[in-house]
Amino acid sequence: MSRSDLADAFTDDSALISYVAAGDPSADATREYVEALVEGGSDVIELGLPFSEPVAEGTTIQNAIKRALDAGMTPDAYLDLVRSLDVDVPVVCMTYYNLIYQYGTESGPEEFVEAAADAGISGFVVPDLPVDESGPLYEACREHGLDLVFIVAPTTTEERLDRMLDRTTGFVYVQGRLGTTGARDEMSDDTPAALDRLRDADVPKAVGFGISSGEQAREVVASGADGVIVGSAYVDLIAEGVENDDPTDAVAERLRDLAAELKAGATASVPEPERK
Amino acid sequence: MSESDRPGKFGDYGGQYVPEVLMPAVEELVDAYERYVLDNEDGFVDDFRSRIREFGGRPTPLSHADNLSERYGFDVYLKREDLLHGGAHKLNNALGQVLLAKYMGKERIVAETGAGQHGTATAMACAYLDMPCEIYMGRTDVNRQRPNVFRMRLHDAEVNPVDVGSGTLKEAINETMRDWATNVEDTHYVIGSVVGPHPFPAMVRDFQSVISEEVREQSRERLGELPEAVIACAGGGSNTMGAFSAFVGSAALAGAPEGTQDAAPDVDLLAVEAGGSSLGVDADEGYAPNSASLSTGTEGVLHGARTKLLQTGDGQIVESHSVSAGLDYAGVGPELAHLVDEGRVEPVNVDDDAALEAFHRLSREEGIIPALESSHAVAYLEQYDGDGPVVVNLSGRGDKDLDTVVEESTARDIDGAPTMEVFEE
Ligand SMILES: Cc1ncc(COP(=O)(O)O)c(C=O)c1O
Repeated sequence: MSRSDLADAFTDDSALISYVAAGDPSADATREYVEALVEGGSDVIELGLPFSEPVAEGTTIQNAIKRALDAGMTPDAYLDLVRSLDVDVPVVCMTYYNLIYQYGTESGPEEFVEAAADAGISGFVVPDLPVDESGPLYEACREHGLDLVFIVAPTTTEERLDRMLDRTTGFVYVQGRLGTTGARDEMSDDTPAALDRLRDADVPKAVGFGISSGEQAREVVASGADGVIVGSAYVDLIAEGVENDDPTDAVAERLRDLAAELKAGATASVPEPERK
Repeated sequence: MSESDRPGKFGDYGGQYVPEVLMPAVEELVDAYERYVLDNEDGFVDDFRSRIREFGGRPTPLSHADNLSERYGFDVYLKREDLLHGGAHKLNNALGQVLLAKYMGKERIVAETGAGQHGTATAMACAYLDMPCEIYMGRTDVNRQRPNVFRMRLHDAEVNPVDVGSGTLKEAINETMRDWATNVEDTHYVIGSVVGPHPFPAMVRDFQSVISEEVREQSRERLGELPEAVIACAGGGSNTMGAFSAFVGSAALAGAPEGTQDAAPDVDLLAVEAGGSSLGVDADEGYAPNSASLSTGTEGVLHGARTKLLQTGDGQIVESHSVSAGLDYAGVGPELAHLVDEGRVEPVNVDDDAALEAFHRLSREEGIIPALESSHAVAYLEQYDGDGPVVVNLSGRGDKDLDTVVEESTARDIDGAPTMEVFEE
């Protein structure tokens, strides 16, 4: 199989993958935020398509999704937003299965995948779609040349991991801790072990859930990750901006700075520590 | 094995749509379900059956409703789940699951609740079986079901109000899934209805199938035949599936008495949904003034399963409404959705006012105060056009609903409602 856009984003140095919810607090703001995150050094944008029941999300992203839905974000508006983005990094659609399934005139994932490919989406992360139920979306993604990214959790068994790796293209999303998304101050003790299990997998590994600082990004990469995924830490800045009525530009500036810090952390070359 | 052949599918419905972090726990639960519940390993089902008798007070009676029978001109029997310990059918499932969690070596229980009956039943089962317990409940439901909040706390459960959205069952389920995802290694999620990822819909049905097992035995003794129809209210659908399963032939709990496992296609199965104030869905507002997902919903994926849902054309789940907290949910069990598609179960509905009227009618004419949920099933008798005998599953008692009923009956000027005005200063 040829290397995908997503896998290519990991070729040079450690990758920074940045998440925001589309439409939080407006589509225009999201466009500026995404551009700022790319200027700050993001190698992949994970753009959330808001679903009303975000069960894998912590409070920060739940609130972001609510702001986006209240502002009128829909799957069609999302695709318009993707088309209008002026960035040269791959964009991954992160959403829940019901939205993919309902899109268009017939039930099933085909129509949304086709529309997403057409709009310029490179792949999908779908947190409520375990490998066991992923067949139809996986087939549709293959047909349209998109990657389907699976999340490997701390609880994932070897047998499940093998099944996931069979269907993984692009990168693996290593969930760094139990629970839901949300910024934390420290890297979880589970992260090195999670990465150890994937040492032999021939696919880039990105760690997410809880990363909020350059220092954490550095530690995660030092533990063997090829990239870091950051969401809630940005969304916290966006929420603060909404609360204080800050101009979009000012929020974008802060997002750019945080992305730059995270990217610098991720790429700081540190010798890999000895592990037992 | 192809994905559509995996266990846990009811036609196209069902499945396991949950975050990966939960999947190993879900698989572990499937294994435990198959071993303990289906194969009675270590005598689990015998233990369950003995405890639901001793602690729960089963069997519950099948009572002839003399005055309703006279009113409608056919025999009406009430399956008295209101007399089960805790006051609702919910204990069958809660006791089954908390006991199973014990057998599995789990150390902590979480649960969601709408009306509070499931939370109360879970808290009770946890007190009885000595398990720590934490319950999530939407803020709206906390406010309209206060007696149950206090009951849960009496049993030493922690109750966490959930403030997002409309503060009802859907939000409580989301929050409980988040807790489970954080504490999955030692925690079991006691889901309160026949919803969620496999094995929950099948397992909860099996624990509730004691209702229809007993209805079959009791009908044979009392009527000498099976009833013409079984009528049950459907929120998520657990009392519904419990009341129907032995007639559909899907009861699977080990050791069911002789002759209670065969399909009985002549018995009509009526699932009464909450028609709320109207059957429409306002997709722009993201709101349905009802909870009638079987009659008006469309297929989609929510809370772990593919099923019928109240949603917009885009797939956003809409807020539901019912005067009864326990029916106020945008989804429904996948097996029930399948049985409706197959034509085996007929979905019908009654509105808020009809349910309130039935609440007063049963209280006045039969001396039984029904849960507002169950009142929907009773209200359907006004529309029923057969000759009987019919069995109405009285899923629970209405003590928890008294505040709501006083307020709503006064505001709506409900027929036959007593007023409290003369007692107020
Ligand atoms: C008495 C009673 N009946 C019915 C229900 C609805 O649930 P289900 O449809 O799962 O039976 C509830 C839910 O709380 C309830 O308390």
